[in-house]
Formats: sequence, C-alpha cells, structure tokens
Amino acid sequence: MINSLKDLRKIRKERLPDLELRQYQDMKSQRLQIMVCAGTGCSSSGSKPLIDHLEKALAGSKLDTRVKVVKTGCFGFCKLGPILVAHPGSIFYCNVSHRDIPELVEQHFIKGKIVERLLYEEPDTGEKKRSLQDIHFFNSQKRVALRHCGFINPGDVREYIAAGGYFTLENCLSGKSPDDIIDTIKKSGLRGRGGGGFPMGLKWEAARSSEGPEKYVVCNADEGDPGAFMDRSILEGDPHSVLEAMTIAGYAIGAREGYIYVRAEYPIAVDRLENAIAQAREYGLLGDKIFNSGFGFDIDLRLGAGAFVCGEETALLKSAAGMRGEPRPRPPYPAQCGLWGKPTLLNNVETFANIPEILSRGPAWFNSMGTEKSKGTKVFSLAGKIVNTGLIEVPMGTSLRQIIFDIGGGIPGGKKFKAVQTGGPSGGCIPEQYLDTPVDYESLKTIGSMMGSGGLIVMDENDCMVDIAKFYLQFSQDESCGKCTPCRVGTKRMLEILERITEGKGQMEDLYELEDLSREVMDASLCGLGQTAPNPVLSTIKYFRNEYEAHINDKECPAGVCRNLLDYTVDQDKCISCGLCARACVAEAIIGEKKGRPYFIDRQKCLKCGACEAKCPKAAIYAH
Amino acid sequence: MWQIGRSDKDSDKKYRSLDQVIDRYSPGEGQLIRILQEAQNIFGYLPEEVQTYIAGKTDMPVSEVNGVVTFYSLFHTDPRGKHGINVCMGTACYVQGAGDILEDFRRDLHLKDCDTTDDGLFTVKNTRCIGACGLAPVITVDGEVYGRLNRKEVPKILRKYRKIEEAAEKTDDQQPERPAENQERTPAGP
Repeated sequence: MINSLKDLRKIRKERLPDLELRQYQDMKSQRLQIMVCAGTGCSSSGSKPLIDHLEKALAGSKLDTRVKVVKTGCFGFCKLGPILVAHPGSIFYCNVSHRDIPELVEQHFIKGKIVERLLYEEPDTGEKKRSLQDIHFFNSQKRVALRHCGFINPGDVREYIAAGGYFTLENCLSGKSPDDIIDTIKKSGLRGRGGGGFPMGLKWEAARSSEGPEKYVVCNADEGDPGAFMDRSILEGDPHSVLEAMTIAGYAIGAREGYIYVRAEYPIAVDRLENAIAQAREYGLLGDKIFNSGFGFDIDLRLGAGAFVCGEETALLKSAAGMRGEPRPRPPYPAQCGLWGKPTLLNNVETFANIPEILSRGPAWFNSMGTEKSKGTKVFSLAGKIVNTGLIEVPMGTSLRQIIFDIGGGIPGGKKFKAVQTGGPSGGCIPEQYLDTPVDYESLKTIGSMMGSGGLIVMDENDCMVDIAKFYLQFSQDESCGKCTPCRVGTKRMLEILERITEGKGQMEDLYELEDLSREVMDASLCGLGQTAPNPVLSTIKYFRNEYEAHINDKECPAGVCRNLLDYTVDQDKCISCGLCARACVAEAIIGEKKGRPYFIDRQKCLKCGACEAKCPKAAIYAH
Repeated sequence: MWQIGRSDKDSDKKYRSLDQVIDRYSPGEGQLIRILQEAQNIFGYLPEEVQTYIAGKTDMPVSEVNGVVTFYSLFHTDPRGKHGINVCMGTACYVQGAGDILEDFRRDLHLKDCDTTDDGLFTVKNTRCIGACGLAPVITVDGEVYGRLNRKEVPKILRKYRKIEEAAEKTDDQQPERPAENQERTPAGP
C-alpha cells in the first residue's frame, strides 16, 4: 500500500538501479538486462516463443540470476521485429529469431561481445549501429507520450514509479488545487490528440464548472482509424501513465469514477490495462483516499465491439453504457451531459499520456515545442509504402518530408512517392507538392486533410488514387451507423459512382455529381463520421483529377490497380509452359499445352481475377 | 447440422455458464455488451434463443438486445466455422494487397454468398485494422497472426489447418469413446 510520498520514494529507490542500468552506455556490468518487445507488432513476428527460448537458454547457462529478461511495450520500429535491447549499452538487436538465441547468449552474455550480424544497418550508409541511441530513426525523435514505451516493464507498477510515475498525482493531491491543474493544462496549450484538436484546458474547465454530484472521466481508446496504432502502443507500453492522468483529471473536475473504452480488437492492450488497474488498486493508487487524501477514484474498462462510429464522443458514451453506439446532435456536449447523462470529461489515450509530463515539467517546457497554435509533440504511425514502418513521435510542425523521407526512410523498392494519407477515413490524400507543409492541426486542414489520430499511410506510384478514395468511402459507408440520411444514403450513392468509375463505366458528369454530393454529405451529416467521410474523395479529385479523367475518358487505370480496366497477358518469352496458371483459372480462359508452346489468355473469357498472376512461378503474367 | 450444443446436457451447461455471467454483470449499469461478448464466447455465436434468454434475464426488450447485437461487427448471429480466418483490411494492409489475399481465400474455399464453408471448417471475414501495420498484409487464423503475406501463401495456410483437422480426425477414430464433434466434416482437401 502506498499512502505517502515517502512510500513512493521507497519503491523508487528500490527499483531505480534497474532503470539506471538501462541508461548506462558502458557495457561492463555484473548485472545485465535484456528488453524484449512484447507489443502487438513484435508478438505477431514471434517475440513470445523468443522469450521462452531466451529464458531457457539463460537458465541452461546458469545466467538467469545475472541477466534479467524484461518484457516491454513497443519500441516503435515494428518493421524490424522481434526486437531485443540489451542493457547496459542499449545494444539494439533486430529481426531476432529463436535460432539466434544460443549465439546471442554465448557471445553477448557470456563473452561480452556484440553479435554484429543482428545489429541494425542504416540503409543509406550501410553502417552498423550498436546502440538504440545511435540509430537515426530513434535519435531524430522527441518522445513525450511514448517516453516509457520500450523503456519500462508495463506489467510492473514499481517500474513506472521508479521512472517518476505517480509522483505527479501525489503532488497534485497534496498541494495543488483543481484550478491550478486546469490552469497549467491551459497554459501548456495541449490540444486533443484524437483528431479534433480541441483545447484541453477549456474542455477540463467546462467539465469542472458543470454542476452535479456525479461526474465521469472517460478515456477514448477506441482507436478506429485503419493504419493508426499509437494509442494501442501507449496502452501496451505504458498503461499507468493513462491511469495516473485519468485520476488527476478526476481530481481536477470532481469525478470519482473513470472508464476506459477500449477496442476488443486489441487483446494485449486490454490485458495490460486489466493488470495495471489491478496493481494500482493493490497499491492504493486507485480506490478510496488515494495518498491519504480525501480523494478517491476508480477506473473500469468497457470493451468496444467493433464499430468505428464509437470513436465519436457521443456515440462512444452511448456504447460505454451498453447501448447501440449512435451519435446524437451536440450541444449539449459531454462536459454537460455525457455518460448516463452526467457531466463527463472525454479525452483520448495520447492526450492523457501527455498530462503527467506536462504537470511535472511545467507548461513552459511543453509550450516550447511545436508551432504557434499546436504545441508539444505528436505520435505518428508510419505505414503503407514506407521503409521504416512503425511509430514515431516528433514535435508539431515537423514537415511531412522529414517524417516520410528522413525518419521514415523513404519509399521502398526505388518507387516514386505519390501521396500520403493522413487522418484515416476522415482525412485526405496529400500530394508531393505539399510535402514541406509543417504538420499541425491548421496546416493540414488548409490542404484538405486533417491531423486525425496521427496515422500516416504512404502511397507510391503503384497505388490508384481513385481506388484509395473508393476504399475509404467503402469503409465509411460500412461503418455509417445509419441514423442520419445524408451519411447513410449519401455515402452509398457516392460509393456507387466511384464503383462505376473504377469499372470503366463512369462519365464526366459523375465527377461533378460526386463533388456536389460530397459537399451535401459534409454539410448535413449528424456527426464527424459523415461530415468528414467525403474528405478522401474531395482531396483525390482535387490533387489527382487526371487519374479520375483517365478512368472516365480513356477507360484506363494508370497505376494498374482497377481490375476491370486491366488486361492480363502472358509474357511469351518468360513462360515455361508449366500449366499452373491454366489450373488456377476458374474461367478456363488460359489456353496452352503443358511443356508445349507458351500459354496465352483469352481476353473474352478472362475474369481479371489475377489468380494466374499469383500462381505463375516465373512472374511471366502481368497486368497492364 | 449446427445446433447450439451437442446435446441437451451440453446446452444446459452453456446456459448455466450464461446465468453466471448475467449474475456477475447485470447489477452494474450498461453491461449488456459485456454479457453479449461472454455469451458469444460460450455459445460461439448469438442465435435468437440466446438473445431472447438474455433479454428475459436482464429484463430488457428483446428488440433492444437484438438492436445491440446487430449494431456491432464483432457479434454474429450465425454459427462460425471451426477456424476463423480474418483478413485485415486496414489501409496499410489494403495498399499491400490484402484485397487479393481475401479474394484468394474466398476462391480457394469456394465461398460465394456466405462466409463459412459448407463443411463448417473455415469462416473467412475481413476485419478492421488490428494495428499490426508494420507487418502488412496481415491475417489472423484463430487469433494467430500471419504477417507479410503474399498470395502464394494462401494455399499453404489452408493446407496447414486441413492437416491439423486430418490429424485430429485420426485421433478421434482411435478413441471411439470420445464423443464425436457435432460439426460435420468432409474429407480434408488436397
């Protein structure tokens, strides 16, 4: 049980040596630690069996008392998983397989030598990098919300305390008034990281000034944007930062209960949260009379059940109450009428993760990062056609070019950059001419996109922008809750037009109608889902109109994606007449004789399914 | 072919577990989604009878329970195949060819208007982003993640699970005293 600052300090003192070891650069030490990423990315590439192998091998070499295996959250460099970081020295081993374990144990832990072949190699210089801090991907970042991810064991509250956790909460409860806290948040300039960018100080103040004996703090962890995984990584790597921030928020607005609404699609995050809540209760960091103050607060989980619209605040609150997650018009805002009709403060995971750090380091520190209107840092997930897929955190105002080409390593395979999509289904596609735009809430809006939760999907010359617009609209259409007509019917009609265009049946009038409909859906929809669903369509029409025109006028898909506009051909020189393609063809459109002359495709019969192309061992079949 | 349980006894047992879930959660406000999630874990899906039962026990109109069930994509009212194949259709996976992979699974399993194979072995669905974008394109089979896939791996993955089934069938034959699986099985494919 922790009742005072003294108790906190005691735990910190006990566990600090472990954390300090992780900062030493000198590899010589009696005690060693090896951090293994156990987040979703690395788990999917096999970090669980790796941990078993490692522990067995260490025990076999009688090293298990000297070397501690620590399961951490995401390091952010998901492409290189599974990742191991050996301390002291922060030696960064990547793409480690269980077959590498014997060598690793023998060389690194027994002989104290680095296993060169498992080190990361900078792609442009070919230089092997020993330590995590030497790697450009990491040292060009500024980590605030991700400060503990990969650095502490998220399953152990004592490590969080050793890293300075819960000291801010203690400080707030023992000496700060709710108004002081809200004032600090206001001065910091923090804005909501879930997409809208609403000033947090005002939101907290509104929730505080709402009258009512019961209030709630809710954390939006329903990270629905496809391609965004920053909230998941924070929950997996540093769940206590969210719990601490929610408790502070409860104290500041006068709430005694909090809920975290988390996606059921994130099983590891749910596990870590359950474990963190149980530990916090055990240590008295949640519950009655926290730090012997008069303040009590508890947090419970609510699992989502797969509905994108539940990321919208009014829909989320309905869903958290166990109902259909349908949005309602605002006002009243959740700060006045939220969960069960009571005043509610609703923030997203990344926003909460910033709070303890802002309160402990002061608003001026936070304020010094970022642009005039967007302060602090932002976490971005890099995915799609980019070399360094993963998670990064940079100051607001960093240019897209720097994010994609410098930190992200550019486009793989020597392909040409075409667009970057920000903001998920609510955002737009940004072409090359705007790559030098500093990323903040306002600048992205001016170029027809939005910040959203921070997902950046990079597209190259092989991606068809009409198809991408169709993909996002299909998503919004599927996820439309159906409550209001403009969104339910409007997105459907828009989708039908896009389908016509990609099938080669479009006309130029379709394009005008698409633009008109987009504006109507944006103006008339009830919630953010419908109001922003046309963004991907409008931005692609604006910046890639030539691609739409090629589909409509020339019945061609310049990127070679839209099936109905393609023809499949067998390269007669490459074909080895193995007959696999003919066997794969359900339409019997491929004619030829095994071991005879090269095969050919009957275009009248071809369904353009691409099965033959996938089967061909010699890549002799191509679409054009 | 599909029933809720193998026998009345089995079904009874499932309803008893459901009772426990309802007793545990229903005093708390707004726990319907949690109850439905647990019910789906117990029964495998949420047929009308189960929805009606939950409505009765929690003193809610059946329409409201059904409204919630049909609203969320993780709830399903049809039985699922033994192995659930989920193809992630997040943007990162989509631009790396997840659409082709989904189509290949559906074609290889002869799925036209439905998601579950006739033999009840596989259910193929597209799923919302699972957040493993660094490994795109990604699928999960029974929760196990397969990343950085290409189309050539589709038949291999299907073969792997068919082999598991064949092996399980053989052990079933050797142990006749074990109650047979309720789901019909056709001989595993090539």
